[in-house]
Amino acid sequence: MYLEAVKKKKPPLLQFSSRGIYCAVADVYLDPWRPVPKALITHGHADHARWGHGQYICTEASLPILKHRLGNIQLSGRPYGDRFLVNGVQFSFHPAGHVLGSAQIRVEYQGEVWVFTGDYKLENDGVSTPFEPIRCHTFISECTFGLPVFDWQNPTEIHSQINHWWAAQNSDKRSAVLMGYSLGKAQRLLKHLDPNIGPIYTHSSITAMTEVTSAQVDFPKTLALNKEVDKNDLKGALILAPPAAAGGAWMKKLSNPSTGYASGWMSFRGARRRRGFDRGFVLSDHADWKGLLKAIKATGCEKVITTHGYTHLFAQYLREQGYDAITEKTAFEAETPAEETSTTL
Amino acid sequence: MKLFAALVETLDQTTKTNTKVAALKNYFLKAPKQDALWTIALLSHRRPSRPITTTQMRAWAAREAKVPDWLFEETYHIVGDLAETIALIYPSNPEAELNRSLSAIIEDLIELKSKTDEQKEAFICQMWSQQSALERFAFNKIMTGGFRLGVSQKLMTRALSQALDLEEQTLAHRLMGDWSPQTISFEELLIKPNPKDQLSKPYPFYLAYALEDSFFDQESADDWFVEHKWDGMRGQLIFRSGEWFCWSRGEELMTSKFPDFNPLAEKLPQGTVLDGEILAFTDGQIADFSLLQKRMNRKNVSLKLRTEIPVIFGVYDLLEFEGEDLRHRPLTYRRTLLEELFQKNNDPQLPWFLSEIVPCSRWDDAKKEREKAVEKRSEGLMLKRKSSPYGVGRKKGDWWKWKSDPFTIDAVLTYAMRGHGRRSNLFTDYTFALWDNKELVTFAKAYSGLTDAEMKEVDRFVKQNTTDRFGPVRQVKPELVFEIAFEGIAHSSRHKSGVAVRFPRILRWRKDKSIDMANSLEDLKTLIP
Ligand SMILES: [Zn+2]
Ligand SMILES: [Zn+2]
Repeated sequence: MYLEAVKKKKPPLLQFSSRGIYCAVADVYLDPWRPVPKALITHGHADHARWGHGQYICTEASLPILKHRLGNIQLSGRPYGDRFLVNGVQFSFHPAGHVLGSAQIRVEYQGEVWVFTGDYKLENDGVSTPFEPIRCHTFISECTFGLPVFDWQNPTEIHSQINHWWAAQNSDKRSAVLMGYSLGKAQRLLKHLDPNIGPIYTHSSITAMTEVTSAQVDFPKTLALNKEVDKNDLKGALILAPPAAAGGAWMKKLSNPSTGYASGWMSFRGARRRRGFDRGFVLSDHADWKGLLKAIKATGCEKVITTHGYTHLFAQYLREQGYDAITEKTAFEAETPAEETSTTL
Repeated sequence: MKLFAALVETLDQTTKTNTKVAALKNYFLKAPKQDALWTIALLSHRRPSRPITTTQMRAWAAREAKVPDWLFEETYHIVGDLAETIALIYPSNPEAELNRSLSAIIEDLIELKSKTDEQKEAFICQMWSQQSALERFAFNKIMTGGFRLGVSQKLMTRALSQALDLEEQTLAHRLMGDWSPQTISFEELLIKPNPKDQLSKPYPFYLAYALEDSFFDQESADDWFVEHKWDGMRGQLIFRSGEWFCWSRGEELMTSKFPDFNPLAEKLPQGTVLDGEILAFTDGQIADFSLLQKRMNRKNVSLKLRTEIPVIFGVYDLLEFEGEDLRHRPLTYRRTLLEELFQKNNDPQLPWFLSEIVPCSRWDDAKKEREKAVEKRSEGLMLKRKSSPYGVGRKKGDWWKWKSDPFTIDAVLTYAMRGHGRRSNLFTDYTFALWDNKELVTFAKAYSGLTDAEMKEVDRFVKQNTTDRFGPVRQVKPELVFEIAFEGIAHSSRHKSGVAVRFPRILRWRKDKSIDMANSLEDLKTLIP
């Protein structure tokens, strides 16, 4: 049936429009970047869940996050795997393993199946529901780290490096400042910190996000970093903060802190140096090169549309591997390390 | 190798000088002596010559990583560093275990040079497969050079001085010259040097800083010697025990390149060391730097070459006299002795001249003199504190260089290339052209000089106005005009424009100018002295 559909040259089930990824039959957008009447949202990062849509549908696990970030919106949640119809098109959310509540969106119509990944990774991070491969004909995949130099180490190893580094600062009575995005990286880092080393403080935006997600995840005990905190209490402590807060007034309270930054971009020596942090930990919530290839293979798809990252190189490589691969432009382009400053990691 | 790779990682992880010194000291204490010696050699740019080409490295790494060549090249361009690209792209092997010392590996690499390509390939790929990503990076850097660990010679010497409990000055001197771990031991080089080896040893060069704005408000002209800054090659001439040696600032022994200085060796007393500038000297005047370069590029120094491009030594400091190290003496003292020495041997047949002190009672006199730089064939002025000792390396405060204002010209952007590393997504490397009748002729390439915002704007222009592509290079529609600054200019047969400029850089974007207002090649040629 799929082949027939192709032969008849019907418009594709999902199209890339100026407002977002659009399903014309259902009149629904996926992660739209301009205001639309009805939006399906893969996850709570700012470039995927934007302001101004009429109606939002996301996973149940994402509900508190979207409410927290977007306030009073018309919002409904669906459990993972639950299939629902919109104008005869069947939609469902499936775990993407990217951040808490993140999903791939499966779209099925007249026997044709498309999957849009949003952002994803294959490792189990202990916080988000692990990625599940979904069989499809067309796979719309991000490829933020779609270059063969990105090869993630076992995350357990990275978490133990982080605890090691903190313990070393702690024994020198220095503070360890660990930078990670407030949604996703922060929860993942927090989950694996060893509270026996010392107290853990969180910067305000992380404090808020941790509270929002604490009903779904068991976190070690944390203290809020605020004006009342005595600077002596911060010696030997770990402070979890978003990278945007680096260099803020709060850091003046710390005497000679050691700073660490957790991101996939820390693979690059240049990126590590430029950020001026003492330590770079290679930890990402996106799939690495092997992960992307493995995920694509597992879908059994024929066609791949690459978005978000080193799209052209990755698509060309896929074509050489026999896939029908093309690139589409989206507003969540994260083509370069310059995107470190956005909230997509 | 493990210890060395760990050192590289620690040095790379910190920008703090104290942490770097501590890491180096710790390494020097722990590492086997031969490894420590090789580390010193690597950090002072004495790596062994490369046994394989970078083309071979790229091809082998791509094949081993099962990555097509084009993807390897694109990835390399994004990462911006070959050693790092190979370290990362190679399939990771958590069981990788390489038990071979740094010095053993380097000796392998030295031997490898004479092997066949198949043997080379087998060896390199085997090494790569046994290394962790970090070791692979260090190993590749040993071959390609350019560690960029933020460790200056001075910083390394300080760490070594702490580890060995020897004075920094003493060590700096012992580390000078043409030594190699293949012919000298750690002990012989640093702990108990053989006096015979000391004969040719140069003193560490003292380097100047670029003048700071506040200088003239804080300093009085009376305390300073003002000289011209000669545009040649810094050199040290040593006359000891009937032999003589000529060293470049890069610690290269250049004696055989400059037999011109033989007559000086015949005249000057033994135990004399001079600091100065080697200059090309034609028709009785200082010639352009490019002539000196031309001479340096020739392997054989024939009599013909010597007649065509004679050289002269512009002397400005006396570091050793009658066998005594004078470096701790004030400059006035050294200068008096130097002037006496020069007067005694002031023979126009001898290939040297004394760099004059510019009479200067007020700073205004210096400013006027600086304007004569082109006429005097200098790059500007040097200011040296009269009371200063001769220091080691770069130390702020006593020697300043005050370069002439650069030449400038308005040129048209014609080609652009992507930058490296952080800038790999942006077109930041530009080619500029000048008018030659109705045609635009390339005259210089420049990278730096724009703000981040401007760079993004130019990048957008390039992407929207590409007229042709040549690999990573884009030809763009001639539309943007930039003011380009450069330091020196000379005729050149190697350049299409017929002109070579030194250190070109973008001074500013002339948004107020259209391309017909850009300069011509003829305008450029009028700047040639
Ligand atoms: Zn994203
Ligand atoms: Zn995301």
